[in-house]
Amino acid sequence: MIKDQEYLKSKASYCLDLAKKLGATDVSVTVGNSISETVSFRNKVLDESNRSDSLAISIDTYLGKKKSSISSSNLLDENLKILIEKCFETTKITPEDEFNSLPDKELVAKNVKDLNLYDQSHLENDKKIDYLKELEETASIDKKIINTESGFTENKSNFILANSDGFCNGYKSSSFTASCVAVAKDENSMERDYEFTSRCHLNDIIDPKNLGNIAAQQTIKKLSPKKIGSDKISIIFDKRIAKGWLSSFASAISASAIARGTSFLKDKIDQQIFSESINILDKPDLIKGMGSQCFDSEGVRSESLKLVERGILKDYLVDTYNGKKLNLKSNGRSGGSTNLHFENGKISFGELLKKNSRSLYITETIGHGTNLVTGDYSVGATGFLVENGEIKHPVNEITIAGNFNDMFKNIILANDLEFKYSVNSPTMMVESMTVAGK
Amino acid sequence: MSNFFNKSDLTRKDVDEIVSDTLKNCDDGELYFEDSKSESILLDDNKIKSSNYSSDLGFGFRAISNEVVAYSHSNEISKDALKNSAKNLQSTLKSIKGTYNHEIPKTNNKFYDDINPIEQKTLDAKLEVLNKVNDYLRKKDTTVKQVTASFSGEQKSIEIIRSGGEALTDVRPLIRFNVSVMLEKNGRKETGVYGIGGRQSYDDYLKNDNWKNVCEEALRIASVNLDSKPAPAGEMKVVLGPGWPAILIHEAIGHGLEGDFNRKKTSAFHDLMGQKVASEEVTIVDDGTIDKRRGSLTIDDEGTPTERTVLIENGILKNFMQDRLNARLMNTRSTGSGRRENYKHIVLPRMRNTMMLSGNQTQDEMIKSVDKGIFAVSFGGGQVDITSGKFVFNCTEAYEINNGKIGSPIKGATLIGDGPSILKEVSMVGNDMMMDPGIGTCGKAGQGVPVGVAQPSILIDKMTVGGTKL
Repeated sequence: MIKDQEYLKSKASYCLDLAKKLGATDVSVTVGNSISETVSFRNKVLDESNRSDSLAISIDTYLGKKKSSISSSNLLDENLKILIEKCFETTKITPEDEFNSLPDKELVAKNVKDLNLYDQSHLENDKKIDYLKELEETASIDKKIINTESGFTENKSNFILANSDGFCNGYKSSSFTASCVAVAKDENSMERDYEFTSRCHLNDIIDPKNLGNIAAQQTIKKLSPKKIGSDKISIIFDKRIAKGWLSSFASAISASAIARGTSFLKDKIDQQIFSESINILDKPDLIKGMGSQCFDSEGVRSESLKLVERGILKDYLVDTYNGKKLNLKSNGRSGGSTNLHFENGKISFGELLKKNSRSLYITETIGHGTNLVTGDYSVGATGFLVENGEIKHPVNEITIAGNFNDMFKNIILANDLEFKYSVNSPTMMVESMTVAGK
Repeated sequence: MSNFFNKSDLTRKDVDEIVSDTLKNCDDGELYFEDSKSESILLDDNKIKSSNYSSDLGFGFRAISNEVVAYSHSNEISKDALKNSAKNLQSTLKSIKGTYNHEIPKTNNKFYDDINPIEQKTLDAKLEVLNKVNDYLRKKDTTVKQVTASFSGEQKSIEIIRSGGEALTDVRPLIRFNVSVMLEKNGRKETGVYGIGGRQSYDDYLKNDNWKNVCEEALRIASVNLDSKPAPAGEMKVVLGPGWPAILIHEAIGHGLEGDFNRKKTSAFHDLMGQKVASEEVTIVDDGTIDKRRGSLTIDDEGTPTERTVLIENGILKNFMQDRLNARLMNTRSTGSGRRENYKHIVLPRMRNTMMLSGNQTQDEMIKSVDKGIFAVSFGGGQVDITSGKFVFNCTEAYEINNGKIGSPIKGATLIGDGPSILKEVSMVGNDMMMDPGIGTCGKAGQGVPVGVAQPSILIDKMTVGGTKL
């Protein structure tokens, strides 16, 4: 059973009291417990079961503007005492930093809304096995599928965040995740693709047949790819790649990157960074949202933000420390974005495919080719060649490259947004990017 | 040795009984205890930004029957927690009839000392070095706009308890020192990063003001990039410098030679054992036995002593890297490659220090032989799709080559290639093999483990360079 609020609160207050007694001027403690159970299948038989029960505590102690932190998984009072003493000793000799402080009292969350993030349903491992059996049966119907691997994970978490200003709150959350990776083979090639579903509530995940079928079909489509020549071409990014661009955008507008001056979006507030049709929202209070939160990792309440309005950058993602550095108030984004998404575009996916006589539809990228300092982007990619709105053949072993400053201004979005993850995007097209191939 | 049962209600006898009882009909399995202490101290933006200390204690209990692995871990060290885990394993492996393999090889070799690097240097001394780094770089060059420097240190003590009561222990130190610098000139910003590390004390790395060399290198890379031009796009010849660029070998070849992907036949190499997979000049080994290196291990996380495993010899595929599970299922022996990030994770076959050995040619000869191509000196991260064999990595320092001469530096570009065919494109192998500075972390199935790489300069006849200039 997952530890209850009372237990976590008692640990948190033990630490708060002890650190105060030692002389800490401010203290912040996070205590959490997470239990997850995973069952994995491979080629229609059980491969692995994994149960994980993790306790974790992290403590920040302050002495005026001096601060240091410890973390541990050992919650015995004796151990906590040794660690807090060590932490406070370290605090004493750490240099002052004028921006160190607990969050402003008037910004912390007062009321905690129930966002329905916890589903107490428990799926016994035998039931997980049934789900995966059905999934893999469906995934391997086609003879071209030579290997399937799938998994089902149920996770339950609970936490308490407490600080010496009197904030003490936390809540339970859950997630149910199923995934399927398929390998297909034909006379020319062997390819892999995947699909997954992850939700707070058990009843909201995709049914196993559907999941297995999508994974298999996506994999088979990739067989016998061809390499194409180097070219300037319009690129259509599948939703799962497009959402990665949003994540990069979120990192680039984090107050930490801005304060350090290591972001290509520094000093771009109130400037046009996307084309006029683009709006980007971050909504922390979506019911059952995968990125929903009642407050951020410092206890600051978070409200919906329109980060980009008609292509203009309106806000950074601000936490207390970097906010003070930038002379901005925290907007409850310590820990980053919440439920981040592009607003839908105006044209359908089909129309997007037809927009150019020749384009590339990219479904997977590999590599870490995103440079947030310069905005340069260069990644390996696989996908499909599209001609006159029709998919011609799969393409691989190419790279695509550009710079976000230019690419952001050339984005056209389809109207097929769905809320499946914490970051969501409709299908996205960027005109005229460089492809390196043969 | 860390005392894992200290202050718990568990005795050694209880543990042996529970382990032996749980694993009695299994083919393999063990109880793995881990006690780790780690610290990280970060200087950023002219200040000590954070100083963190972490202590983690926990166990992972694994039972294997044929191909099925049941795993349960907890950070509560108690009789109840262990019994709960045992019950969980038994519920997965309901009707099993295996034979436990008690055999585990032994050696007396140790590849690092039982030290705790965190305690060997005071916090004050570490803070002093970080501040010196910041001052040194900012004074040295007025274009320096940001400096980040960090120490991270760890001591990990493990104990593996097998059925029958056999226990194997190891104490593993690991440190890393890193400097990142951002320059700004004429509105253009570029960063340079350099680091060093290994299984030693901080002082072994930082004696004689060695931190200055790290600063110089980070600064040099950033300066080169300030003058970089857009990279070319398309297929061309690529010369790789010695040392760290061997992450190409790690990504392109190494992962595909891990036992699990080959047992499951998802690796492009699974049916190529004994065949020619590379040009004759190419010999690649994976070595866990190099003194104090980042990827070295005295024993792996299943208790098997590590070794120097020959993967490819003169172009012929000789061995895969194996843990006990995959070795048993493929009728071979473990190569001491069973590793896990920590007690929260299952063991997988992983690389240690992956090295391409020296050949006979010089880097000069390679550059001279190239009409049009690039010379890649350093890389950021890489990634591979095991199934299709396609891999990428990102240049952080590279130059164009024109008519046999090194030209202008080029912007960070992704290189993409095909694992199984890339080694056949290696046409020259240098005589200048070098180890990387001790900074690599390899990710697989969500687990990061420290690794090393090494190689001489090599010439690859054909690779796709992902620049923006057509």
